[in-house]
Amino acid sequence: MSTVPTQSPQTYPIDRIRADFPALQQQIRGKPLVYLDNAASAQKPNQVIDTLADFYRHDFSNIHRSVHTLGERATAKYEAARDTVRRFLNARQTEEIVFVRGTTEAINLVAQSFGGSQFKEGDEILISAMEHHSNIVPWQMVCQQTGARLRVVPINDHGELILEEYQRLLGSRTRLVSITHMSNALGTLNPVKEIIDLAHTREIPVLLDGAQAVPHLPVDVQALDCDFYAFSGHKLYGPTGIGVLYGKRELLEAMPPWQGGGEMIRTVTFEKTEYNELPYKFEAGTPAIAEAVGLGAAIDYVEAIGWDHIAAHEHALIEYATEMVHTIPGLGIIGTAAEKGAILSFALDRVHPHDIGTFLDHYGIAVRAGHHCAMPVMDFFKVPATARASFGIYNTLEEVDQLIHAIKEIIKVFG
Amino acid sequence: MLDDLRDLYQEVVFDHNRNPRNFRVIEDADRTIEGFNPLCGDRITLYIKLDGDRITDVSFQGQGCAISTASASLMTEIVKGKTIQEAEKLFQAFHKIVTGQDDDLKLEELGKLAVLTGVRQYPSRIKCATLAWHSLESALKGEQSSVSTE
Repeated sequence: MSTVPTQSPQTYPIDRIRADFPALQQQIRGKPLVYLDNAASAQKPNQVIDTLADFYRHDFSNIHRSVHTLGERATAKYEAARDTVRRFLNARQTEEIVFVRGTTEAINLVAQSFGGSQFKEGDEILISAMEHHSNIVPWQMVCQQTGARLRVVPINDHGELILEEYQRLLGSRTRLVSITHMSNALGTLNPVKEIIDLAHTREIPVLLDGAQAVPHLPVDVQALDCDFYAFSGHKLYGPTGIGVLYGKRELLEAMPPWQGGGEMIRTVTFEKTEYNELPYKFEAGTPAIAEAVGLGAAIDYVEAIGWDHIAAHEHALIEYATEMVHTIPGLGIIGTAAEKGAILSFALDRVHPHDIGTFLDHYGIAVRAGHHCAMPVMDFFKVPATARASFGIYNTLEEVDQLIHAIKEIIKVFG
Repeated sequence: MLDDLRDLYQEVVFDHNRNPRNFRVIEDADRTIEGFNPLCGDRITLYIKLDGDRITDVSFQGQGCAISTASASLMTEIVKGKTIQEAEKLFQAFHKIVTGQDDDLKLEELGKLAVLTGVRQYPSRIKCATLAWHSLESALKGEQSSVSTE
């Protein structure tokens, strides 16, 4: 297996990081790939790819039920990955780490299990106007089932949550707050500590959608004191099909199982089933075993680079990109929050985002063009769609230059 | 401009994107329909005036990418004056050619629409070129609701 890059105190090891990602070594339409679609999903380093391949070659078996050697080996690796996630989030106990398919499934789990068993007619769930569809629709579904009501905290023209409005909407009927840690469409970093503290003064639990935040900054669920935290492996340079729901033990204990099947039970008779303990109560069926192990490898990889290094590098990228696009007439940035991650959503006066996307692809540049699964955000900013360049650990300032050059060429062609 | 983009973005496409034809409302339209491509947010409202089964006037409003705007603009030009049956035939031919189902079809039959055939190489963009046509087809069938390409 290849080695994880060791951090240098002075310089960011960009060449070594890039060399770890085989997908970055290719050409697209005759030009070197510039991958700026990291907010949708990130590329994978050899350390993750090799972990998956090695696991399938040598250690694979189903877990927990088998007494043979491979069963024990696979179980040990799967559970070791769970402990890696616990450490990564600084959760108190591994029992608080539930493996799911991704952020979407984690939110659906909380909506159905917590919401389905707790919400009543007239109860309110608070989300924000910058949420991804996966933090809107699961709540609408549980509202329909229970008679609860969805309330939406508005945002300002910079794409920042309006805290006063949030405070105003927090009320005696609020049963849960579910807010994104970092917006996928705007890049906004929410003041999550404040959001949580305010909710807790009324004893309202808070779920944070961490899909976008987790690849960019360290998360400490104890320091935040959040009640649920959800994220996906694939945006964190890990495999698809694996994600995490963190939940405070006492909340998870009180919640009914979400799906029934194998693994989540202790005893089954036709009369009665006794459920398994945490976290297995929420892991019915054979899970994504290799993917969980791969997620562990991805976490080891980013932690070895170091959060300080990653934050400084990505901050430099977004600062530079923002400064450069300001020199382009007719370009508007969608999402100009003071606290912002490495996401640059933009629109051009005379060129539709879809045309931008196709043109950039011909320059080897991968961006996302569309509504980014956040149609209410598009409606708020009165744009049908945006083009979005999102940065990761392997992007460079030269790639930003290439993006800027290509955007200027597009404007020239469309006139 | 990059040469390989010329297949998709021909000069005619730029021209119709900058100056879309029949880009207006027909107040007393016999048929009005809204088309929506949820993938990219393109929206079109199509207005049709009929005399019997002949399309005497057709226009559109909306917002979309260059391909969808040019396609809608070209469509209004070509179907104006045609009968419903003729327009339907054109739709079938156009749809087959842009989705790559029929490479043998003679481009002459499509006239100006042939400039859009480059979209075949871009699976994610085919819906941009066909949105207006799907809307037309639904409108001619008498459907008054909205049409979605998803």
